[in-house]
Order: sequence, then structure tokens, then C-alpha cells
Amino acid sequence: MPLTHLIADQYPVTTAPWPRFRVDRESWSRAAQTLASGEVSLVSLWAEPGQVHLALLDEAASPAEIAILSLACPEGHFPSVGAHHAPAIRLERTIRDLFGLEPAGAPDIRPWLDHGQGASYRFLGAEGPGLHQVPVGPVHAGIIEPGHFRFTVHGETVVRLEERLGYVHRGLEGLLAGAPLDRAIRLAGRASGDSTVAYALAFARAAEAALGIEAPARAASIRAVMAELERLANHLGDIGAIANDAAFALMLAHCGILRERVLRTADEVFGHRLMMDRIAIGGVATDLTGAGLRHIRALTTYVRRYFPGLVQLYDRTASLQDRTVGTGIAKPDLVRRFAAGGFIGRASCRAFDVRRALPYPPYDRLAFEMPVRGEGDVNARVWIRILEVEQSLALIDRILERLPDGPVATSLPAIDGTGREGVALVEGFRGDIFAWLSLDGEGRVARCHLRDPSWFQWPLLEAAIEGNILADFPLCNKSFNCSYAGHDL
Amino acid sequence: MRKELFAGLVLPPLTEASPGADDALLAALGPEFERATRRRLGRSLAIREVDAGSCNGCELEIHALGNAFYDLERFGIRFVASPRHADLLLVTGPVTRHMREALERTWTAVPAPKWVVAAGNCACDGGLFQESPACLGGVDAILKADLRIKGCPPRPVELLRGLLTLLEAAQR
Ligand code: SF4
Repeated sequence: MPLTHLIADQYPVTTAPWPRFRVDRESWSRAAQTLASGEVSLVSLWAEPGQVHLALLDEAASPAEIAILSLACPEGHFPSVGAHHAPAIRLERTIRDLFGLEPAGAPDIRPWLDHGQGASYRFLGAEGPGLHQVPVGPVHAGIIEPGHFRFTVHGETVVRLEERLGYVHRGLEGLLAGAPLDRAIRLAGRASGDSTVAYALAFARAAEAALGIEAPARAASIRAVMAELERLANHLGDIGAIANDAAFALMLAHCGILRERVLRTADEVFGHRLMMDRIAIGGVATDLTGAGLRHIRALTTYVRRYFPGLVQLYDRTASLQDRTVGTGIAKPDLVRRFAAGGFIGRASCRAFDVRRALPYPPYDRLAFEMPVRGEGDVNARVWIRILEVEQSLALIDRILERLPDGPVATSLPAIDGTGREGVALVEGFRGDIFAWLSLDGEGRVARCHLRDPSWFQWPLLEAAIEGNILADFPLCNKSFNCSYAGHDL
Repeated sequence: MRKELFAGLVLPPLTEASPGADDALLAALGPEFERATRRRLGRSLAIREVDAGSCNGCELEIHALGNAFYDLERFGIRFVASPRHADLLLVTGPVTRHMREALERTWTAVPAPKWVVAAGNCACDGGLFQESPACLGGVDAILKADLRIKGCPPRPVELLRGLLTLLEAAQR
């Protein structure tokens, strides 16, 4: 049991549903080494004034386990985790930027989220005859989020890519601190607009864990319907967009129609196309009516009818496959080390899905398949998404078949003046979203940390593009579709 | 593939009726706009979109304008890759400190006469991020918006209505 061995005889703090322990520097460093050995995975690393927290996942345990270690750093520094385990590096750079805590011994301390004033940023070099750099962004040629990419290329071949993010840093965690719960969940739902349901769900579940309440069964089912609709919309949109980046606009047009149908259904049923602010703490804000049920059933029938033709089109168009097969390979070993979630992980052998590993209602009662492939290329990521579209359709049908009756929200307990803490991990369309929050004695958010799956996926994109031609970057990038907003916060 | 292409010939079009211009938005456009646009815009509008700190929700809906339902290009409105080719900047997000310079530079690169449209509550006035020290509080903090399209995010049809209002004003 790697987790219990790490935290033996330390001081527990009340957190639900997973434990948190105050540890000393030795245990902290030991945890960093255990991460490096691959026995446990990194869930997140974050800070609040004067202390740092490390959330670890033991995937091998059954069921999987999570534990959080906290280290007080009164002198303003803590032993670097990134020195042992690369996935922690960007998180440590963030902690340094936003909280001024020094990761002692860290391999990279360049600013990450906070660009500071004036100081120029030193990009990592690649030197050799015939190499040159291509800077791109933060304003890109298309309608996408801002970030800066620095490519070092040899002819057409990318030798190194370095990402610089942080342009859409909105100070979200700062706004969350001190916010009442109803405002906080609206803010959390805007961490990344494409995952608004998943973020609101993660926040709500963490808050509910802290308050010791549970959403009623009907609410849990409706939440899952929303989450699967969100997954469906994003996968459909992205499958089309990936094909479009391979100059196959026909797929974009058809997938665009399917995606629009999903959004219109969401609008009709829940009153918002992206389903923002539909999940509330303790339940959902909108019940599902008989008409709503019929709309959703009509949608799944429609998608089932048209989607297979598009899949066939993708599968049988050699010019398209030529661009996606073997392109942008994320190596399974790297994916495992970074514990990359979602379709990126599952396209590279990492069979991890929160709905399976740490199931929350109603997924604990639902059987579904978790598609996994091993090639790790653009094609594999497209296929995982295709199969997940089918799984989501099946899940929606099954949830609706057994939709429980009853209330859709439970009332919040009276505030009793004591602080509380909660954690949650939920499966968004792009992977696992982690939320940790502590409430003060008045029921306001004292601190909240949200970790987007992109933190562990962006670095893999840097690796996956190596050795590919620059012209294939859009394809690789779109097949990853990492979030800028969710990451920059 | 042929099947999909042939189906396209026989199926009825999906496109919605044009939503028409919005009187309230029309009233919000200054006389300055009308004078300048008449010369510049015929029935075409080239847009450069800039995400200045959006949660990406607004981008998703702006993207949707291109799908078969809204088919923005039938109105002569198109998104361009370079600010040099643009008539207007469509800006989203509460303008983060880190996007300020990029937004200013993009604006400088657009040839005059030029306009700014704020899309979404964040771009209109900072939205939920108004109080954040990391944000400047809407497009107006940097550039003066000629038109504001509210919503979080605005629905595609609302965005379309806003853009058509601009064109309408230009033609009167
Ligand atoms: S207006 Fe709403 S959808 Fe648009 S960027 Fe702001 S929070 Fe996101």
C-alpha cells in the first residue's frame, strides 16, 4: 500500500471523502521519490499562503485511492517535487508565481502563469546547424485561445516545441477565495467553458463532501446526462475539427451539424446550450420534464443514425488516414509517468477513467466500456473519441431508462461556525478534473484549487510533435485539444 | 463519401432564416460608425477574433456561427486569419493583464477605418471577473467598443444578430 506507507504516523486533517495529512519535510520528499518510482501518480500540487499540498493517486489499489499531503513552509520554501518527478515542474512554477513559495532544488524556476513586468522570458534552446525558430501566438490565425508556441525546426521537421501559457490567467482561484458558494460554483463553471458541466460537478461534489451531504439519486442521474451531453458535443466538434485540419472539410460540416443538435437539445431541455450554471450544490438547478426526456431520446436516435456514416467516411478515406496514422505519437511510457487522463491517456494504453476507477453516482451502478488503444497517434485519439461517442449515447439511454423519481436537490445544512474541507475527482471530456476546497465558518469558500487535465497533457504535446513536420502541428494540437483557460485559471 | 455528397444535393437546407438586425443594438451604434462604415463596408465584413481571456465558452459559440445552421458566410461575413485583412475585431474575455499588449498590437495592425465588437459579458464589462486584479475589466479598458453583445456566452443567433446589425447600419 504505497499511500499508507507514505503517510504513516502523520497528522490527519478532516477532509472528505479522501484523507489529508500534515507531514514533515522527510515524508514530503519520500512522496516525491515514490512519485518518481511510478508507484503512485500525481493528482495535483498546489499552495495556499504558507503551505503546499500534494494529492497522490494509487491507481493499482482496488478501488483506487487518493491521499493529500500538506507541508507547512513557514520559511517560504519546500523540497521540490519537480526535481524528482517532471510532471510537477509546471505546477511548482505556478506556486512560485502566485504564492512566492520556493521549490528548493527545482530544475526550472522561470515564471509560468504570472508573466511579471518587462522581464524577458528565456526559451529553452536547441542548437545545431540548420536550425531555426518559428514563434507563434499568443494571437493565432484561427478562433482559438491564446498561448505562445516556440518551434525549433530543421527544415520542416520540428526538433523542439516549447509552450508558454498563462495569457488567459484571470485570477480565478483568487476570486474563489472568499466567495459565497453560489457565486463560487458559477466561477468554477467558467474555468473552461467547454467543460463547464464537469467543473461545476467537481466543485459541487467537493462542496457536498465538505458539507456532508449528497445529491439525491435523481439529481445524480440528471448530472450524468448533462456530463455525457457535454462529452458528446465536444467529441463531435473535435472529430470534425481534426479532419478539417487535414483539409477534409466535409467531416467538419457534418460533425458540426451533430454538435449543434446536441447544443440545441441542451438548450431546450436545460435552458442553456453549454449547460452553464445548471448544476447546483446539493443537486441540479433544472429538473428533467417529460418533454425534455423526449428531446434527449430524439437526439440520441438522430446521432445514432448519422454518426456511423461519418465514422465509415473517416475510416475509408485514405488521404485522411494518411495524415492521422502515425502522426503525433504520445508514448505510453510518458503518458503513464504524467498520468495523463482522458482520451490522450486512453489512446496510449493508460486505462484510467474516473467513472471507472473512483466511480461516483450514478456511474457506480452503470456498466460501460472503456475504450483503450496503444498506438498513441492522432488516429488512436480520434478512435477513442469515436468509441466514446457511442458509449455516451448508450450511457444516456441507460440513465434515462432508470431515471429515479424524487427531488432534484437537497437543502444545505446549517452553517455551524466550523471550517470544513472536501475533495472531488470527476471525469470531464478531456480527462480527470480535481477540485479541493475548504469552507470557512460562515460557509464561504476559504480556498479552492481546481486542476485541469491539461496540466499533464500540454507537456505531452511538446513531446508528441517532436520529429513531425510543422504542418502536422494543427492536427496534433487539435487531437489533444488541451484547455488554455482551464490551465491558466 | 459520395453518399454524403449526394445527400447534400437532395436534402433541404438546414440554414435558419436570417435573424434580422436588432433595434436596440442599432440604437447603440454611434453616428460615427455610420459615417465611416458607409464608405468602407459594402455587403462584406471581415472579422479578426481575439480571445483576450475568455473561458472559451464564447469561442465555442463564435465557432458555431460557421456551421450549417447559421452559415455566417452567406451574409458576406467572414473570419480572417490576419488583422491586416480585418474590418473589425471581435473581442471576448475580461482582458487579462497578459493579453493587454497582444490586444493592443492586434488593434494597431488593423487598417482604419476599424471597429471593435465586445462579445460576451466578460468582454462587455468584465463579467464575473470584474474584480480580479488579473483582469482589466472588459474591452473598454483598452479599446472603445462600438457594439456590445451580451450573454454568457451569447447564443450564435445573438452574435449573428449583432453582426447583421452592424452591416445594416453600414448600408442605411
Ligand atoms: S462571457 Fe461567459 S462564456 Fe464568455 S468568456 Fe465570459 S464567462 Fe466565458
